[in-house]
This record gives sequence, structure tokens and C-alpha cells, in this order.
Amino acid sequence: MKKILMSAALLTSLGGALWAQDKPELIVYTYDSFVTDWGPGPAIETAFEAVCECELTFVPAGDGAALLSRVWLEGERSEADVVLGLDNSLMEPARDMGIFAPHNGIPENLSLPVGWTDDTFLPFDWGYLAFVYDNTKITEVPDSFAALAASDLSIVIEDPRSSTPGLGLVFWVKTVYGDDAAGIWEDLSDNIVTVTKGWSEAYGMFLEGEADMVLSYTTSPAYHLIAEEDSSKSAAIFTEGHFMQIEVAAKLAHTDQNELADMFLAFMADDAFQSVIPTTNWMYPVTAQELPAGFDTLTTPTPIDAVALTSDFRDEALSEWLSALSQ
Amino acid sequence: MAVRAQPINKGIALAGSAAILVVALLVLAPVGALFARAEGAGGISTYGWSVVRFTVFQAVLSALISVTLAIPVASALARRDFRGRGLVLSLMGAPFLLPSIVAVFGLLAIWGRSGIFSDILASFGAGPLDIYGLTGILLAHVFFNLPLVVRMILQGWAAVPVEHFRLAAQLGLGPRPTFRLIEMPLLRGVVPAAFLVTFLLCMTSFAIVLALGGGPKATTVELAIYNALRFEFDLSSAAMLAIVQFALCITAAIVALNLTQNAGFGGGLMTARQRWGDTRLAFWQDTILITITLIFLGLPMLAILFRGINGLGAGLPSGILTSLLISLGIALTSAALAISLALALAHLIDSLRGKFGKTIEVFAFLTLAASPFVIGTGLFIMINPYFSPFALALPITALVNAAITLPLALRILLPALTRIRQNYGQTADSIGMQGWARFRLLTWPQMRAEIGFATGLCAALSMGDLGVITLFAPPDIATLPLVMYRLMGSYRIEAAAAVALILTTSSFTLFWIFDRGGRLGNTS
Repeated sequence: MKKILMSAALLTSLGGALWAQDKPELIVYTYDSFVTDWGPGPAIETAFEAVCECELTFVPAGDGAALLSRVWLEGERSEADVVLGLDNSLMEPARDMGIFAPHNGIPENLSLPVGWTDDTFLPFDWGYLAFVYDNTKITEVPDSFAALAASDLSIVIEDPRSSTPGLGLVFWVKTVYGDDAAGIWEDLSDNIVTVTKGWSEAYGMFLEGEADMVLSYTTSPAYHLIAEEDSSKSAAIFTEGHFMQIEVAAKLAHTDQNELADMFLAFMADDAFQSVIPTTNWMYPVTAQELPAGFDTLTTPTPIDAVALTSDFRDEALSEWLSALSQ
Repeated sequence: MAVRAQPINKGIALAGSAAILVVALLVLAPVGALFARAEGAGGISTYGWSVVRFTVFQAVLSALISVTLAIPVASALARRDFRGRGLVLSLMGAPFLLPSIVAVFGLLAIWGRSGIFSDILASFGAGPLDIYGLTGILLAHVFFNLPLVVRMILQGWAAVPVEHFRLAAQLGLGPRPTFRLIEMPLLRGVVPAAFLVTFLLCMTSFAIVLALGGGPKATTVELAIYNALRFEFDLSSAAMLAIVQFALCITAAIVALNLTQNAGFGGGLMTARQRWGDTRLAFWQDTILITITLIFLGLPMLAILFRGINGLGAGLPSGILTSLLISLGIALTSAALAISLALALAHLIDSLRGKFGKTIEVFAFLTLAASPFVIGTGLFIMINPYFSPFALALPITALVNAAITLPLALRILLPALTRIRQNYGQTADSIGMQGWARFRLLTWPQMRAEIGFATGLCAALSMGDLGVITLFAPPDIATLPLVMYRLMGSYRIEAAAAVALILTTSSFTLFWIFDRGGRLGNTS
């Protein structure tokens, strides 16, 4: 068994090496779900290879945080040319590592609800964090964190110490409530059923009926509507605004495929890339696209005022969250 | 037995030392690598220490409950012979083999806020059950570990010749003296180590504690390590926490192994389970106990089965067969490695006996206390400058899984080896039976059941464990647990349940083949 596997692995890598002599290879590290059969990876690979005269290889490396720690550990020996799948909550630690290089300019057709000025990271999709619920069971939907905390609704959230949506939630509450954030968390504590390691566990528990609501995205109902023809899921819209999770990519400073990496980053704003995002990654595209049927049923909130997601801001928000929920 | 009949066999010394080296390389070297790469010295905060306290608290409690419940269950199973007993014993291995996230969903289907019991309560206008918090953690840990402890105690029972029980009955000893004279010494031989294994497994528990813990009050050292490595990029704090885990493990191991006392029941000729002086009351007590245990363990397993069968309708991802083969390959390789290491160490420890032997055993237990994240990251730092981590993903995963399952295998094999030496060692020595011949003619036939059980356990555990593969996984190679997590991460909860079913069925089948194979022809 082992022998067969080993020789299969060897053949694959040999094959890859021979192939690579013909065309340059661009290696993009990304998170796991991006490269699966049902994720955006396969379609984007085909589209980019059609124009780049190169071989595009996606390497799945866990989730967003695992991705960053992976390239950080690899340092200059990393085979990665581009890292795709960090988000705005990880941008500052990523920048501080000094392993990413500036991009070639922000695409003109970028159309996000907020302006984009970063010189290193370029967005490729985004979504609003939101609490998703079953609209056949819940009729009185809270319109703010305060209303949610005052209600009897049960929620499942992700741990900000192990998940990026969880971290986004803590940023969200801190941005909206400032010094009162700790109080909101204390009020929310009796609504929280449990705090999971990541989005998958939380969303799975919600679907199993363990809680009335789950921290996810305003685009989550679109998945159920389009892929499962199930219109029973909705996202609660908070009048105080929603946190935007913006997923980004960047070029590594030591890449040996500088031009290809720039080309790929620019390609992220291409229709061929952006058009597959909504129904594969279940997020919003960053350029003006005609959205697939079903997305029109989603309610769109307003974004909260953008704040710099610095380490200090994060530490303060996290420690408030921790002490409020540890009582 | 105080005097060593012969100097230690060279082969045993060599193989044993090699095994110690492998353990050191996999457990200590990664922590060193973390320190070496760390910038600045991170420490453990006051909050960090409260996390350590909670970790120990829940692990001790989980182990205590698991062992306390397992003792009567094991006695009942040891006393009773019934149709399907072999199958029941094998099935009892199943919860332990479940990937933790699969177990969580199985348990929630029964005990959750929308689980069966909550539904029943709701029809009486009560409920729902709320297990989140310490209750949930304990429930899950007992579900996982109770069967394992039962199996370990049953091994102790198997070592008691039936003649002892017949003699006790002939002498007219009641249940109490029988307990004091036979069961008590038997339990002292196996329970401390079973407690230790459970304690260590619960100490490093991560996904379960997070999912069912209800909030940051239930934070374990594993989460702190994960956070330090993945979000804080603080290698030195992670290494410090890993050392705390080691210290806890060493303390627990020293206490437990010193409490262990081998009874030395001697050999016997009769092997059939036969009862003397049985009462109707005892029969019903045992029957009820076994039934309740089977329901407790079986219901979540049934839920996983139904979820999986439902999910099969959602369709399986392409390449699932390749993933299955890769997972099987890793499982078998790592089981072979684990058993070889465990046999080498067990022979060395048994020949050395005394304090030195115990030190080696304590050392081997470290692999169970080591965080897979620390091992993975440390090995990554060590390997990356020289080799592409992709190329070594599969061998490393197999090796690390072998290391993590090694203490379990050792704990199963060592008592058997000691028993064989006590019963047949002098005879074998007197006819000069050593080396391979001794293994083939004496050790193997005498401990086939234990080797089968240990191999099955290691293979199945390795199959379901996500382990370190995430950090090394090359683009086109995915194990079954990886496929399952990827499905869960893309809304495909139903398909993930189907993959979970395939994963659980195949790891259970692996376990069953080895476990059953080892017991075939034996009646124990």
C-alpha cells in the first residue's frame, strides 16, 4: 500500500516537474474550501491558464489564519508566489511580517461599499458578517446587538482566538459600541449557546437546530436558496451597520514569478474571476457584476465606519470579550 | 523475580534505544525548534495559568468519571457470556475512533438542544436540555473514553485464571472477599494506567471542549497553543505551554505508574468464562448495566449512521476513493510503526524493570501529552530548510500519528509481556529460548489478542485523526478527515456527514479486523 502510494506521489511530482519545464509555474497558497470541486478554484485556474501561458497551482493550506502562519513559518523558502485568502482582520499582522511586496496598482473597476487604498493587499471578494436564522421559526428579528442581547434568542458564535469570522464579530461590536462593548458582551452572554473553533462547526450546529441564530454572512441564505432551493434562511439586518469581511490576496516579496504574480493579482478583478465568486465562494464580487438569481432576495445592510484593525484595537476588543464571557 | 536471570538481550537494548530516540525526536525536538525560531521570550500570563487549571480540572474529572463507571461495566462484561459478546466488545471500540467533530454531532443529535431527549422533554412541555459547559465536556469525554477504559480493564480480567474464581466459590467466599482478593489486585494492575491515558487524552482535547464548552470559561491549553501559533505568531509562548503539558503529563504518569501494582495471578489452564455462585440479582444487575452502557454509547453512533446515510443522497465529492486509499495507507503504516515502537519499548522496559524501566515508560507517555500543533509546527520548522514539506507530508503524518498512539499500544502490550515473563519466563530462560524464536513461539501466541487490539486501535485512530497533515498537505493529496472538513467549510454539511460515515465505517472495519483477528480462537 505504502509503496504504491509513494510511487504514485513520486510520479505525480515527477510529472509536475517535467511539465513545469515547458511553462512557468505560479504557486498560489489559499484556504481549503477555495480549491475544492465546488469552490472557485477550478474555474479560476482554467480561466487564468487560458491567458497566462503558465501553470497555476493552488495549494490548500487550512483556513485563513493557518495560511498566514504557514507562509510565515516557511519564510524565504516558501514556494508560494501569491497568498490568496487572508482577510482585513489579518492584514496588519501579515504586513508586520514584512514578507509581502506591494502590488502594481489598484484595479480601476473595483467597486466595494468602502474605498480601497492599501498598497500591498488587493481584495477579491467580501461579505457582511450577520446572524443567520430560520425565517419559518423566528418572526421577531432583532435589529441591533442590544436588541439581540435583550431577546431570548440563542446564538452560536465562533471563537475570535481561533477563527476569522469570530475575530470580525469582536471588531464589529467594538467598533459600534466602543467603550460600551464589554457591557454588550455581558448582556449577550446568556444568549450564547456555545463558542466554536471555526465557522464550519458553528454553522453545522445551527443547521442541526442547536441555536436560533449563527454568526455567518448575509450571503449565506443565497447558498440555501440557489444550491438547495430552500428559502427558509435569512440574515438579520442590524441598523447600526455590519462588519465587512474583505478577503484579500498579496504577492510574496521573494517570489520568483514576479510578473506572473502581478498578472494574477490584476486578474482577480477580471470578469472571468469575479463572475464565479458568488455561487462558488458565496461572497460578493469586488467589481460590478450581474449577480445570479437569488442574490436579489438578499437584504443588504450598510457597512460600519471603517476603523484601523490594529493589534492594539484587537487586543483591547479581545480582552473585553474574554473577561465579559468568563464571568 | 528480583534477580535478573540473564543480562539484557542485545537486540532488545538496540531496538529499545532506537525507539526512545524516535520518541525524543518527535516530542522534544519540535519544542526546541519552536524556541530556536522564537523572537523574544513569551511567558504564561495569569490568564494562561487559569487556563492550565481548567484544563487539569476537566481532565481529572473526565478521567475519574470514565474510570469509575468503567469498573462495574467491565466486571459485568467479564462475568457474563452472551451471544454477540464479541461484537459488543468490538463495537465498544467505536466511539473512541470517531473524529472529535463527528462525535460532537452524534452526541448533539441525542443530548443537544434539539436532540432526541430535548424533543421528548418538549412533548411534556419541558426542556430543552442544555448540556453546554462542563456537563457537555464531561459527557463527550466519558462517551469517548469509557469504552477504552472498559477494554483496558477487561484485559486485566483476562489475565486472571478462572481457577481463582472457582477456588473462591469452593471456599464459599461471598462477593466482598472475592472482590478484595481477586478483583481489587486485578484493578490495581490496570486502573491507574487507564486513568492516566484518559487524563492525557482529555488534557489535549480541543475541538470537543470548544464546541461543547459553552464559551471562553472552558478554555484549554490546546486552544491557547493554537491561538499562539495561528493568530499571535508567538512560538515561544506555544513552546512554554507545551512544556507545561509535559510537566503535567510527567507528574500524572509518575503518580499513576507508582500506584500500579502487578498482581501476578500466575498461569491457568481454564479459559472459559464460567461463573460459580452466581445469583439472580447479580445477573439482572449486570444485564441492566450492560444494556444502559450500550444505549449510552450506541445512540450517538446510530445518529451518525443516519446522518451519514441521509448525506449519501447529497452525493460524494470526486476523488473520495483516492482519499480513502491514502487514509488507509497512513493508518496501516502508522499502526505498523506504533506497534514496532511499542514492542521494542515494552521489551526494553520489561527487561530493565525497576525505576529505569518506569522512567522510560513515563517518557513514552509524553507523546500523548504533546500538542499535535506543536509537533507539526516544530517538525515543519526543522524540515523546511532542507526538504519540501509537501514531499514528506504522508510519511510525517504516519510517523506523528504513530508517536501519538504509541503510549496506548505500550499500555496494552506491556502488562501482557510482563505477565508472560512472570508465567513462562523462567522456563523459557532455562531452555535458552531467546530472540526471534522466543517471540514467535512464546510471546506472539500469548499476546496475539493484545497485539491485535493495539494494532486495530492505532490504525483506526490514525485514520480518523486530522493530525499534522494540514500543515504539510500537498495540493493533490487529501485524507478523508481533510475532505470532511473541507466539505463542512463549504456549506456541504450533508455531504460531510456522508464522508464522516465512510471514514468511521472504514476505521471501525480496520479496528475490527485486527481486534477480532487477534482474539480469533481465543476465548478471552
